[in-house]
Amino acid sequence: MEFITQHPVLVVSLGKIAVLLFVIMTVLAYLSWFERKVIAHIQSRWGPYYVGAHGLLQPLADGIKFLFKEDLTPPVADRLVFTLAPFLALALALTAIALIPFGPPMQLLGQQVFVVSNSEIGLLFLFAITSIGVYGIVLAGWSSNSKYALLGGLRSSAQMISYEVSLTLSVVGVLLLAGTLNFNGIIAGQQGYWWHLIPRWHIFPQIIGFFCYLTAAIAETNRVPFDLPEAETELVAGFHTEYSSFKFAMFFMAEYANMITVSCLATILFFGGWLSPFPDRWTWQLFLPGAALLATGVYTAFDTVAQMRGLKRLQMTIVTLLALGIGSLCLIPVVAHVIQGPFWFSVKVFLFMFFYVWIRATLPRFRYDQLMSFGWKLLLPVSLANLVGTAAWFVWGWMRHG
Amino acid sequence: MSIPLIVFFACALLAVAGAVTLILAREPVHSALALIVVMLSLAILYLLLGSDFIAAVQILVYGGAIMVLFVYVIMLLNAGAEERTDFSKLAKFAGVPLGFFLLLWTAHWLAHSPAGRAAGTGGAARHGVSTIDLSLLIFRKYLFPFEATSILILVAILGALVLARKSE
Repeated sequence: MEFITQHPVLVVSLGKIAVLLFVIMTVLAYLSWFERKVIAHIQSRWGPYYVGAHGLLQPLADGIKFLFKEDLTPPVADRLVFTLAPFLALALALTAIALIPFGPPMQLLGQQVFVVSNSEIGLLFLFAITSIGVYGIVLAGWSSNSKYALLGGLRSSAQMISYEVSLTLSVVGVLLLAGTLNFNGIIAGQQGYWWHLIPRWHIFPQIIGFFCYLTAAIAETNRVPFDLPEAETELVAGFHTEYSSFKFAMFFMAEYANMITVSCLATILFFGGWLSPFPDRWTWQLFLPGAALLATGVYTAFDTVAQMRGLKRLQMTIVTLLALGIGSLCLIPVVAHVIQGPFWFSVKVFLFMFFYVWIRATLPRFRYDQLMSFGWKLLLPVSLANLVGTAAWFVWGWMRHG
Repeated sequence: MSIPLIVFFACALLAVAGAVTLILAREPVHSALALIVVMLSLAILYLLLGSDFIAAVQILVYGGAIMVLFVYVIMLLNAGAEERTDFSKLAKFAGVPLGFFLLLWTAHWLAHSPAGRAAGTGGAARHGVSTIDLSLLIFRKYLFPFEATSILILVAILGALVLARKSE
């Protein structure tokens, strides 16, 4: 007890980490469901369908399956590094999320509620953590002692080193505009509106930087069309060929966690983070989260009655009641005020995740030499030019106004 | 014992253990991994001293860029396990005792001389240096040496390119 009163930071931080971990794990599980469903519908299929209503229990079934499969280690593998690699990948991917502010700097017990660690140089730390995230993949490829895994690991390290340069450079333009490395500061700098209507987000002056960031980010997370480290037509499964059971699941989760981090970063840097896209004088937007949930509830109620039979009807009834209950809770003014920031943040991040899935369902994979020449000969010069242009614009402003 | 002290000793032990493993490991990748451990524990020590910028740059540059290239090259060359050679006689009979002597001497100096005590308790470093102060120093006061260093590095890169190019 004495310990708790002496170190409130530690206790509150641990609480926040526990809550965030629970939320992120659930989101990671349901992202796989979301991705399969969206891709299936784009390709005129149904996707997960049988486990639970609309396949909603599929992530749970997958998790249990991963836990009970045999965990194989190749006899020629380097045992220590082979076991270390998936832990490294997942731990680093999750650590990066601790720096993300999900809502405005609201205080409780002298601690910020919506961010685990509000570092003065948050962006730099985030880049530091994601830059050592490569090791998970590289070491997995090396320790498996298999041709395919090694080639996958080599490709991924070459790709991630190449695109990390463009990723970092494309963000510096935003930093020049914001003048700080702190995430809350960057978001606060995007408050206000042009002509009382268009939000002052960095996306408008930094549109070139944004597209460079988006391309480099997709390459950094090894997603289609840049998923060469695991190109199944050439390398079986790339760096995780030899992994099975829960170790494979950890790589899977790490990839999704990295996607979330990258989307959160795009939201913060270019889309105003937890700021609302509508002007403040539109007060009705306060009730948007509640209204959205209530609308979902009404739709699922209709779905329950019209489509579901037996056990699935029970499951959908629970989903409906949850949506309606939480939706009406969000209509209470106090709750609506608190939930406003996280709501807009998650809406923006969700749109980015949808974009990721959409790209995956649409675009074919690059060839390896195309990937390298695109990264070094197009993306890097463009992001450099964007940086120089932004800096020149600033210098021009100083010279005019002194 | 206060929490910063516990973290300090944990990271210091980790750094020393990593450094010893780096020398003793036979597999090159294991050595590289041990070096990464040393870099990361040093970064945490910088954090304890209150300079978060140096800590982040330490992880970003050494942990994230240089060591990734090390590991990449080791993998590309597919370097196998090293052969163990005998300890050199000189290192065994002169190096090891001298090393221990240096360690004890440093500990003694830290414990007894006033300058050593100031260094041991952190002294001015306790307050930390903010990123703004640091960038003002680099880009205003020491702008010329800073830019000169970058040109030196550029020259070194060009030199490496010339040396690495196959002669036609």
